[in-house]
Amino acid sequence: MSFIPGQPVSAVVQRIEIHKLWDGDNLILGFSIGGGIDQDPSQNPFSEDKADKGIYVTRVSKGGPAEVAGLRLGDKIMQVNGWDMTMVTHDQARKKLTKKNEDVVRLLVTRRSLEDAVRQSMMQH
Amino acid sequence: MMNCVRFSSIQRCDANVQKLIECLFPHRSVLSSPSASKIDSLRSKVELLKLPLTLSSKSISERKTRLGGATERSRGGAGAHKPRPPAPDMDNESQYSGYSYKSSHSRSSRKHRDRRDRHRSKSRDSSSRGDKSVTIQAPGEPLLDAESTRGDDRDDNWGETTTVVTGTSEHSVSNEDLTRASKELEDSSPLECRRFAGPVLSGVLGLFALLTPLAFLLLPQLLWRDSLEPCGTPCEGLYVSLAFKLLVLLISSWALFLRPPRATLPRFFVFRCLLMALVFLFVASYWLFYGVRVLEPRERDYRGIVGYAVSLVDALLFIQYLALVLLEVRHLRPAFCLKVVRTTDGASRFYNVGHLSIQRAAVWVLDHYYTDFPVYNPALLNLPKSILSKKMSGFKVYTLGEESSTNNSTGQSRAMIAAAARRRDNSHNEYYYEEAEMDRRVRKRKARLVVAVEEAFTHIKRLQDDEAAASPKHPREVMDPREAAQAIFAPMARAMQKYLRTTRQQPYHSMESIIAHLQFCITHNMTPKAFLERYLAPGPTMQYQRENGSRGRQWTLVSEEPVTSALRQGLVFSLRRLDFALVVTVTPLPFLNLGEEFIDPKSHKFVMRLQSETSV
Repeated sequence: MSFIPGQPVSAVVQRIEIHKLWDGDNLILGFSIGGGIDQDPSQNPFSEDKADKGIYVTRVSKGGPAEVAGLRLGDKIMQVNGWDMTMVTHDQARKKLTKKNEDVVRLLVTRRSLEDAVRQSMMQH
Repeated sequence: MMNCVRFSSIQRCDANVQKLIECLFPHRSVLSSPSASKIDSLRSKVELLKLPLTLSSKSISERKTRLGGATERSRGGAGAHKPRPPAPDMDNESQYSGYSYKSSHSRSSRKHRDRRDRHRSKSRDSSSRGDKSVTIQAPGEPLLDAESTRGDDRDDNWGETTTVVTGTSEHSVSNEDLTRASKELEDSSPLECRRFAGPVLSGVLGLFALLTPLAFLLLPQLLWRDSLEPCGTPCEGLYVSLAFKLLVLLISSWALFLRPPRATLPRFFVFRCLLMALVFLFVASYWLFYGVRVLEPRERDYRGIVGYAVSLVDALLFIQYLALVLLEVRHLRPAFCLKVVRTTDGASRFYNVGHLSIQRAAVWVLDHYYTDFPVYNPALLNLPKSILSKKMSGFKVYTLGEESSTNNSTGQSRAMIAAAARRRDNSHNEYYYEEAEMDRRVRKRKARLVVAVEEAFTHIKRLQDDEAAASPKHPREVMDPREAAQAIFAPMARAMQKYLRTTRQQPYHSMESIIAHLQFCITHNMTPKAFLERYLAPGPTMQYQRENGSRGRQWTLVSEEPVTSALRQGLVFSLRRLDFALVVTVTPLPFLNLGEEFIDPKSHKFVMRLQSETSV
């Protein structure tokens, strides 16, 4: 998940589809995000590269739609519904996730274990 | 240029007048000889002739009345002139200039005003008017120069010192009115005397008040010295304190009140009149008691008399304190915001003033007008004809058949207006391009001017003292500033003229004035940019004042409220001049609720921005 500034980022991603849940008159997804280009990346406990300003999942509420869909703590969100999440501010990321007229968000997330799994499977061959 | 147009028809009359003046009086201070009366009479006739087209007959007779009154006082009663009562019907435009404004804060002018007010109030009921317009005359020169420049300023300034006949004045003057008025005004001092009548009288009353205690002390000594009881040390102490208090009164009166008047106001100054009346009553009552208790029974207790005189001086000091507070201090704290807008081109300013009456506020505004507002240039006002004339062309309306002319005409005009409104109006386009073109032209000329001036300035340099001796083999021609200015004016003259013509400033700067300014700049080591600042931007009106401003600038104050009433919210008055006006709106300054917040200096701490977590 490291990136070289100026070079395209390549990562192994998993597609996760979360269906939003009605809670009162809010639509919730059931997780919390942290990070963004306007935040301090050195405080991110989940990132490997402490200069990575991407959006990370910092909390997944138990039994919520995110957990059900397969989102894990510490995931880095790369795309939301086609919108890029690697170079956005925190607020922009929140807005893209909480659009009221969308019931479903399709995320592309990446985590360390994915890459390990792919490498292992490649080594086996 | 507009001035020239106005003057042309009156030049002939003016020339005669000037000849008359020059041969009749170089010395105008001689007032007590019989020939002086002839001089004065001729002068007054001359005055009237110079103001033919604009004064109404009523105001002329009023003016005459007041002049007559002033002459009487200033001559000390040499002539037997009774002030004639003013004409019974009033005009809406009253012009008084017998009331000085800032000068005579001392008591005698108030007393004088008091007397005049009593005299005037019988003959006119001024409070019942609706739209009142009164004149303020704001002289630009101090007291002493008035005499010396009188001869020269006649033809230059007389356009500015005549009053305009506006819509408010109902009467116009005709020839027979003129001759009648001039006959009435046989002997009256010239208009300028009225300006100083006020302070002279205030000086008289002040002197009277100051001399009263001394009189109180001296009269018993002179009249019944032998029967007075001797009084020792306490009296001496009282003498000393009396002397010092009188000295303080004298000095502070001189410092505060005896200033040359800068404006003549249309109505009397309420506070000043009040204070004058107070002083007069006060001194009069002291004299009354003195006469009854001391002079009549020949009082023998001298110490009591001295104590009486000292108490008078104490009370005078307190009255002076009251005068100081009412006249000077009260209007210093800002309470109102005045918005001043010029009607012709919309130049506007905001000013903060304290509690003033309308006329005083008007003078205050005019003071600041002369230094803050860019000069009024009538040539810059209108849109070029080419843009405006297109609007109404292209439509001809024909009437078919029946007459009934009134119906048709209104119908016609309405139809034309409607049609014109519906038509596509492209004049804004032309205005835009015309303005852009004008800007470009001005900038081009300005660039040429700046370059020419810079080059011209490089031709001369200041001669250092040691250079003259050190280089005898290069004898350079040494010039004084005037010659140097003339020498370098030639290369820049053309560029300057073109620039001034493009910015329509050429009536304000004659060649003579440009050379004079150039000379001034060279003398003071100014750079070309400093020389040009006068021409590149239109300066305040004060800059263009001609030196002979002793006749003063005539302004008319138009207001719906009596001009001695205080300022309050929502008041609007305007100051009118011949071709433009200043409209002044009064709003109170907002009340400020100031709160307090204490910040501990140690509380300024910073951290890096944390990862904020948002739940979605």
